[in-house]
Amino acid sequence: MKKKTFILVLAIALSLIFTGCSSGNKDKVVLNVLNYGEYIDMDLLDEFEKSFDVKINYEIYPTPEDMYTKVKSGATNFDLIISSDYMIERLINEGWVLELDYDNIPNYQYIDEDFRKTAFDPEGKYTVPYFWGTLGILYDTTKVDGTPTSWDLLWDEGYAGQILMMDSQRDSFGAALKKLGYSLNTTDESELEEAKQLLIQQKPLVLAYVVDEVRDMMIGGEAAVALLWSGEAVAAMGENENLAYYVPEEGSNVWVDAMFIPKTSTHKKEAEMFMNFLTEKENTLLNIDYVWYSTVHTEAINEVDEFLFDNPGFNPSDDILERTEMFRDLGDSLQLYYRIWTEVLAN
Amino acid sequence: MNKKQKFFAYPYVVWMFIFIVLPIVLVFLYSITTKEVNNIKTINFTLNNYKLFFDPLYIGVTIRSINLALVSTIFCLVLGYPIAFIISKINIKHRNTVLLLFILPMWMNMLLRTYAWMTILGNNGIINNFLNMLGFPSLRLLYNNSAIIIGMVYNFLPFMVLPIYTALSKMDQHLVEASHDLGADNRTTFLRVILPLSLPGVISGIIMVFMPAVSSFVIPRLLGGNRSLYIGTLIENLFLVTGDWNFGSAVAIMMMLIILVSMSILNRFDVDKEGGGSNLW
Repeated sequence: MKKKTFILVLAIALSLIFTGCSSGNKDKVVLNVLNYGEYIDMDLLDEFEKSFDVKINYEIYPTPEDMYTKVKSGATNFDLIISSDYMIERLINEGWVLELDYDNIPNYQYIDEDFRKTAFDPEGKYTVPYFWGTLGILYDTTKVDGTPTSWDLLWDEGYAGQILMMDSQRDSFGAALKKLGYSLNTTDESELEEAKQLLIQQKPLVLAYVVDEVRDMMIGGEAAVALLWSGEAVAAMGENENLAYYVPEEGSNVWVDAMFIPKTSTHKKEAEMFMNFLTEKENTLLNIDYVWYSTVHTEAINEVDEFLFDNPGFNPSDDILERTEMFRDLGDSLQLYYRIWTEVLAN
Repeated sequence: MNKKQKFFAYPYVVWMFIFIVLPIVLVFLYSITTKEVNNIKTINFTLNNYKLFFDPLYIGVTIRSINLALVSTIFCLVLGYPIAFIISKINIKHRNTVLLLFILPMWMNMLLRTYAWMTILGNNGIINNFLNMLGFPSLRLLYNNSAIIIGMVYNFLPFMVLPIYTALSKMDQHLVEASHDLGADNRTTFLRVILPLSLPGVISGIIMVFMPAVSSFVIPRLLGGNRSLYIGTLIENLFLVTGDWNFGSAVAIMMMLIILVSMSILNRFDVDKEGGGSNLW
């Protein structure tokens, strides 16, 4: 009998919890937002909810590929997504992105002209840039001699067991392809085969293939050299002054993350208002303090801390940018990358 | 079975259909088609996904996963049997407390327990700091196969200990006494009486450890640093990164087959069904 009473109480309690969730927000517009983890100052969400009387349903994802699967599976009808260049390009090509009404986004005027028309949105119709950055090498100056300038550091046998690579195929291949002097977007099988050999040859030197752990491991001195995105590197440098970051001279990847509205959206106007809100100068500055990536905001860049302004990870010089290349959507050739990356890991 | 009892089974039958049968059918459907299965008109059947699995690349991954799971299972058995035996010999008053203490870590999230091992084994971890303090150089403990095996044995040991413990404690103690009365020494009693009677527990323990060990992807990722590919990670990548649900489903079905086959082989050893090792849980 006791058991039955317990189950009954549990059932009532659970039903109360669930009704608690559904009531209260009945009349409010619910905005479904999808973003990378740790990629927005959460206070901004609260502030937007309060000042515009909108409820934000916020979800996160780890890699662009996860985002693609999540959006295509159709479990949630997202209203606003923040993601990366080549994956946005893929969704635009597939007709999944709505054209924006820039009249609802007056703050768009502050976005740097260089980022308004990008390879993935050549006419500037679909996206509002969010942050941008580079792919480079973060190293520990107490463990690495001199000032390295090349990708060769990741293949240096002197640092065997102290090198961190990324468990992200495009980035890891990017490093190998650039070291060989090829394009990051090559679909040439013999070039990819060379890159594969290079990555297999590097494997005994690699401590681990990770993504999210790189920052903490470098701060904690677990490794000497790591392939990393600039924002993560800047955040790590803020916590460990022995770390330094550079974009290798052979060239590298530059990426732009942007906001867009997928065709599943039911609240396009509110989503555009949210884009405008995030592009305000004050809010951009708050966000910079949280995510540490380079800003596309022409006003905000002049008000960041000196530590950031002088940091080559946050504010790279123009000659670094001339050597970089953006990832493009590879279409069906992507399968080739998957296959070769599996071969590298399985080796 | 009378009508009333059947009525009570319906919710479970519905539950089983929605959450067990239907997903398996869907996974199977994906594994024998190309691309989407939502539209019946454009559905396209193929066996290529299975053909691809027999590529040496993926066979290598499978063999490596099975080896790793086998090693972990053996370690669990070697450690787990004595532990279960000792617990079953403890005075009944304290036995439940000891058992509770043993299960206690399982109340924590597995991810947290695995992360804890990262801070123990890391280059600046507890063990290496201790070694450095004594003047020894650091050892590379994390991101290799031993780290994965440590993680698996730690996480899955209770699944080995509990069924063996149940088999041992359910055993009729008079049989042991009878064996002694008939002149058998401790060793013979153990080998000819206790061990055979606890075999059902051992078998379900092996199954309970081998199954999660062969398919685990969190432990190889966190403690192995993804330096080699295992079948669990392969399936995860195929679904989440590659978005190739069809081949991913084929690999998942093959893994289910491997587990089913190894379970049926093991069940042959369970000669007398009286012990009911498979009914323990």
